[in-house]
Amino acid sequence: MRYLLLIGGEDTGTTGSSDQTSKDVCDAADAMAWAEEMTRRRVLLTGEVLRPPSDATTVRVRDGEVLLADGPFAETKEQMGGFSVIECANLDEALEIAASHPVARYGMVEVRPIWD
Amino acid sequence: MSKAVAAAFRDEWGQVVATLIGVTGDWDLAEECAQDAFATAMDRWPRDGVPRKPGAWLTTTARNRALDRLRRDAVGAAKLRELAATDTGPGEPPEEIQDDRLRLIFTCCHPALGFEARVALTLRTLAGLTTAEIARAFVVPEATMAQRLVRAKRKIRNAGIPYRVPPAELLPERVNAILGVLYLLFNEGYAASEGTNLVRQNLSAEAIRLGRALVSLLPGEPEVEGLLALMVLHDARRAARVSPSGSLVTLEEQDRSRWSAAGIAAGLSLLETALRRGAPGPYQVQAAIAACHASAPTAAATDWAQIASLYGELSKFVPSPVVALNRAVAVAMADGPAAGLAIVDGLAASGELTGYHLLPATRADLLRRLARHAEAADAYREAIELTTSEPERRYLSGRLAEVSGS
Repeated sequence: MRYLLLIGGEDTGTTGSSDQTSKDVCDAADAMAWAEEMTRRRVLLTGEVLRPPSDATTVRVRDGEVLLADGPFAETKEQMGGFSVIECANLDEALEIAASHPVARYGMVEVRPIWD
Repeated sequence: MSKAVAAAFRDEWGQVVATLIGVTGDWDLAEECAQDAFATAMDRWPRDGVPRKPGAWLTTTARNRALDRLRRDAVGAAKLRELAATDTGPGEPPEEIQDDRLRLIFTCCHPALGFEARVALTLRTLAGLTTAEIARAFVVPEATMAQRLVRAKRKIRNAGIPYRVPPAELLPERVNAILGVLYLLFNEGYAASEGTNLVRQNLSAEAIRLGRALVSLLPGEPEVEGLLALMVLHDARRAARVSPSGSLVTLEEQDRSRWSAAGIAAGLSLLETALRRGAPGPYQVQAAIAACHASAPTAAATDWAQIASLYGELSKFVPSPVVALNRAVAVAMADGPAAGLAIVDGLAASGELTGYHLLPATRADLLRRLARHAEAADAYREAIELTTSEPERRYLSGRLAEVSGS
């Protein structure tokens, strides 16, 4: 089965931006190591780190009119900072992989099955 | 004859459904075919007699029914070919041979499901309660309960929750999840007083039945045995818990001759088996506390010092202020109300139990025993304000009148 891992942390406004703190750099190294390990295990199909929600634009079309809004569609404290698509046998395996992601230790990882 | 079917239903429902899920991978189909098989039994057994192995008969009947239905539609036929292919595949390693009922209970209690969903699913698929019965037991509309079950089954399918006994590294956590569900079921039933609906009281019996099954499916797990011991010991006191007028009777005032001696003996022996394994845990400690109460010939003969020390043990496993409050009560019984009050006042000062009615109720009781009547009255009033239970309010009001009158 394929699962989307939504990697979420508290929005500090620094995720993926140029003004990275030393903590972000350290996290990036951890995340890189995780991605390498998951690639080696042949479970990681793809994944990306995202620019912060403040760089997002939300698009809606109503009555043929394109409506734009600055920011993400969910105004919550926790924001998606990246995602991965994994392929594994079942939910238990997906949960184990999600739990091993470095961000899970302070942020959170949502495990969402992909509609196959 | 319908008695034979009813007995078979109670004993075999979980096994039949579990096997059918294993064969078809389809929870709804499994339940429907199990139901069909029991209906067929209702019809045939009076005529042909009860089969020698009712469980095997029911499973075969349900299985044939499922295969028939799968053959009839295209998707099902494809699924059957798939099953046939895996059936004839290379022999599975021996550790893959798992009891279907055990796989079912682990899946129903998977922590990725909401707690309410786990409880409902366990009652429906393992215990065979109808959706209407479960709804009545938890006092929710039947449609709500039906929706809860549909969602849970959908998540199992769509999220890929595996139908299996989890591997060793996940086992302790997953067994714990099952024990949590069983203990909740037991307590829901135990707290139901006489006169509330019977389905609800039945939950305790179901929890004990499932606990017994789990002990035989997972032999040698001390916490599983500990929980069963705890439930059996509580259940042994059931008859004495309610007065003829229907109100709850405190442990202290219960007529101990109405306790089930056989139940207590069974509980004590289960607990002994568990403790001998040398791996104590919270359920075993709670069972040990229940055992202290159950083996005291009179309320006055209760070994409160031992109970106080067991609550101390329990708080190491479950660091909760409620456990600390229980310990305070035991200390008050062992060493006098002043010693207990010191602990209660410490808890009150920490603010962790603010709004919990048993905190002022306990304080009130200790102050009353210390003859500090004015303070006791204040605490009783606070407790009365906080409690939502009518019998409890009556009890506390009685005590308030007592300390105010003197």
